[in-house]
Amino acid sequence: MSSVRPDSADVIIIGGGHNGLVCAATLARAGQSVLVLEAAEHVGGMAITRRFAEGFKVSAAAHLFNQMPLSLVRDLNLKHHGLAFAATDLPTIGLSPDEAPLRMGDLDALNVRSEADARAYAPFDRRMNRFGKLIHAILASTPPRLGTTLWEDKWALAKMALKLRLLGRKEMRELLRIIGMNAYDLFEDEFQTPVLKGVLGFDAIVGSNFGPRAPGTVLTYLYRRAAEVSADSSTFVQPIGGLGTVTQALARAAEAAGARIRTQAPVARILVENDHASGVLLESGETIVANTVISNVDAKTTFLNLLGTEHLDTGFVRRIDHFRSAGMTAKLHLALAKRPNFTGVKPEWLGGRLVLSPSLNELERAFNPTKYQSVSATPALEITIPTIHDSSLAPTGQHVLSSVVQYVPYSIKGGWQTHRAALTTQLIDLLDQHAPGLRDSVVAAELLTPEDLEKEFRVTGGHWHHGDLAFDQFYMVRPVPGATQYQTPLPGLYLCGASSHPGGGVMGLAGRHAAHRVMSKSP
Amino acid sequence: MNTPLAPHYKKPLWETPFAERARALQQRDSYVPWAGYSTVDVFTTVEQEYFAIRNATTLFDLTPMVKYRIAGPDAERYVNRLVTRDIRKLKVGRVSYVVWCNDAGHLIDDGTVFRIAEHDFRICTAERQLDWFMDSAIGFKVEIEEVTSEIAALAVQGPTSCFVLKRLGLEGVEQLKPFEWRNLSAAGRPVMVSRTGFTGDLGYELWMRPEHALGLWDDLMDAGQSRGIRPIGSQALNMARIEAGFLMPNVDFISAEHTIRLNRDRSPLELGLEWLIDFDKPHFNGRRALLEENRVGPKRRLVGLDVAGNKPAHGALLYSDEAGLKEVGHVTSAMWSPTCKRNIALAMINTPHEGLGSTVWADVYLNRELMWERRMLRSQVVERPFFAPARRRATPPNDR
Repeated sequence: MSSVRPDSADVIIIGGGHNGLVCAATLARAGQSVLVLEAAEHVGGMAITRRFAEGFKVSAAAHLFNQMPLSLVRDLNLKHHGLAFAATDLPTIGLSPDEAPLRMGDLDALNVRSEADARAYAPFDRRMNRFGKLIHAILASTPPRLGTTLWEDKWALAKMALKLRLLGRKEMRELLRIIGMNAYDLFEDEFQTPVLKGVLGFDAIVGSNFGPRAPGTVLTYLYRRAAEVSADSSTFVQPIGGLGTVTQALARAAEAAGARIRTQAPVARILVENDHASGVLLESGETIVANTVISNVDAKTTFLNLLGTEHLDTGFVRRIDHFRSAGMTAKLHLALAKRPNFTGVKPEWLGGRLVLSPSLNELERAFNPTKYQSVSATPALEITIPTIHDSSLAPTGQHVLSSVVQYVPYSIKGGWQTHRAALTTQLIDLLDQHAPGLRDSVVAAELLTPEDLEKEFRVTGGHWHHGDLAFDQFYMVRPVPGATQYQTPLPGLYLCGASSHPGGGVMGLAGRHAAHRVMSKSP
Repeated sequence: MNTPLAPHYKKPLWETPFAERARALQQRDSYVPWAGYSTVDVFTTVEQEYFAIRNATTLFDLTPMVKYRIAGPDAERYVNRLVTRDIRKLKVGRVSYVVWCNDAGHLIDDGTVFRIAEHDFRICTAERQLDWFMDSAIGFKVEIEEVTSEIAALAVQGPTSCFVLKRLGLEGVEQLKPFEWRNLSAAGRPVMVSRTGFTGDLGYELWMRPEHALGLWDDLMDAGQSRGIRPIGSQALNMARIEAGFLMPNVDFISAEHTIRLNRDRSPLELGLEWLIDFDKPHFNGRRALLEENRVGPKRRLVGLDVAGNKPAHGALLYSDEAGLKEVGHVTSAMWSPTCKRNIALAMINTPHEGLGSTVWADVYLNRELMWERRMLRSQVVERPFFAPARRRATPPNDR
């Protein structure tokens, strides 16, 4: 063995999730030799399609696609590499036990419930879109650093200030007024219809650790709007074959550009020589040499486990240790013997995005128990039935229900072993209230708590953004000062995952920005 | 921790195990708080106590010195990452003077590290560091425990100190080289003795269990009677340490964890402690920042000053010209040195005015019976320490 030359590459990317693959493809197209190391059997990270019951497949973590910029899809030629959509323009339907389902954006239907809301909705939506576009400029660029003398940092700050000013005095004031606010107050100010506010509130907090009354939830709402601007689409898209198709296409794009991908190659350590990243040691004992190591793994795992604190300063380690990374979002997968029938939901809506968040108060109440390591009896749900548009995911005539379950804490009193089955039953019962008969058609069920997501996807805390998106973990300070701009304190080591700006969601921007940063630093 | 001490909210200042004896000998009722303890500032007069340091033997109660035990399989790696010196070279039985820095390479504090065993260290420092030490332990298999109140400590310093300790019965104490420690015993009391100190003179530090404190004090006073032994307070010690050129936290530098204003942090390069930095050892806190600072050169340096006249230049601003047009630094510590017969100071001076032999002007204000007079005193950058007698290193020490 010792005579065999170790495997090597210019760049090693640890983790074959979507950001790692985007980064790999971008670097490989620029002529670098890139090796992607994926611990699991398949690439894809939290954007995969996998079996969860005999004959049933599901997008195991992320289940909708609406945030990847069109430019990225085009640049990497993903359609050529197999990305195709089963459905586009998926409607969002608000469900409530107290009201009939409401199709978001349907002003006629809204007008029946509240004329004021119908009048207010369009201007509100336009304004949020305008703000989203501004925030989009933040997403679309590498954040500047404060306190540097580099012209690129100063220029980026100046551009941001100019964009803000170009909103006009009134709109700029309005943005600055609301951006630190909580979603609850903003939506209460604007609207009356409970389910409308419930769904807007859900969009502000999904994937986060915050209730709608938490400061900063308008920011997270605008962030979501910004990602939609980036994708040039405010509606949801369902890829054929689930989200795994996206990452499979990314893998093919990366390989077509010359990148190599090795699966089942978990990394044990990032190697350091002369205070510079020098490669990785695999769990198998194999050493792979590289000048540049890019980690798509979350910041805590990267620094505390793979690199080791001995190569880092205490202050930096302290900040990484405090990076808030406990997830609050679970995933429910149901195999159904027949098509579910949601009360009041029109057949053409069933393939859409059904959001069960009846009101802002309900949403806040769903959040409350998590503060005490417990879970609400009525969490908020984002339900999709992908088999409506894509019969390949289930045996003929049968269906898959995939639901995001919001406000399921990472740790629960007594541990998840004792609570998982009960919560699964409780969620099926909750769904059955809105889709009578669903309970009896359940063939198989799988609930992935944050703890399960952590294990399956090797993400500390099972957080789908790797860490909360909040003012203190955002943009110029994401994940922490000292690891911004995709660089780390260790020369030759970079970050490219959701821990970095602009965070999670199947967006791919962190991967792209990181690749550009690496290229700008390469000799 | 077997602390017999009352909680601080009930008794804001604790007493050390030597307090009873100190109180009996105290003539000035002059106490100062130190790290949560009440300690003596002056027993009789500063002059008497200072001259005892340089001519006889002195006892200084350094129990409040904060002590941490760091033990575990990763203890060496941990301490090596914490401090700027290469601790792998520190053998069991040796002590090392060290500093530790934050990420920016700015000094948090200095202290001494005792290697007690292969995987067991003790760090002694003037201020509490548990927060920094605990956060530094993330990723290391070490246990960190504050043991301040479990160990009573007494500095025995002065040219006759070795004689006194031998007479006390500490067998083999004369064999101790500077920065060595040994477990000895006196009249059945186990005492850890290290040849360390803050006076720049011949001297030792004694570390013992609190229950042995009073007995040991009494025996020491008896043993030292013929050699002019006397207890001293912190004022006299401060004079000796300035002559020795040692730094005092919160006087010559402020811990980087405590500064609020920009540019008040100090790096070891600025403090003239570059000899404590080993860039060739594995990564340590602040290494990358210090390498960069070393490359471009520090902006200022702490130097020794010989000031004209005999009036201490306390806190004086320093100018490059007698007219006082260009400010280049300030004095951090100053005194008239009775032993050197020189008006000395420690000063922080901006480069390039800090070179050995450079002249700066100290802006000194003298209060002459309520009238202020201003003097611009010519001052020269000189070597420190100001006072470094051969006896501080001699082993065995001259036996008188």
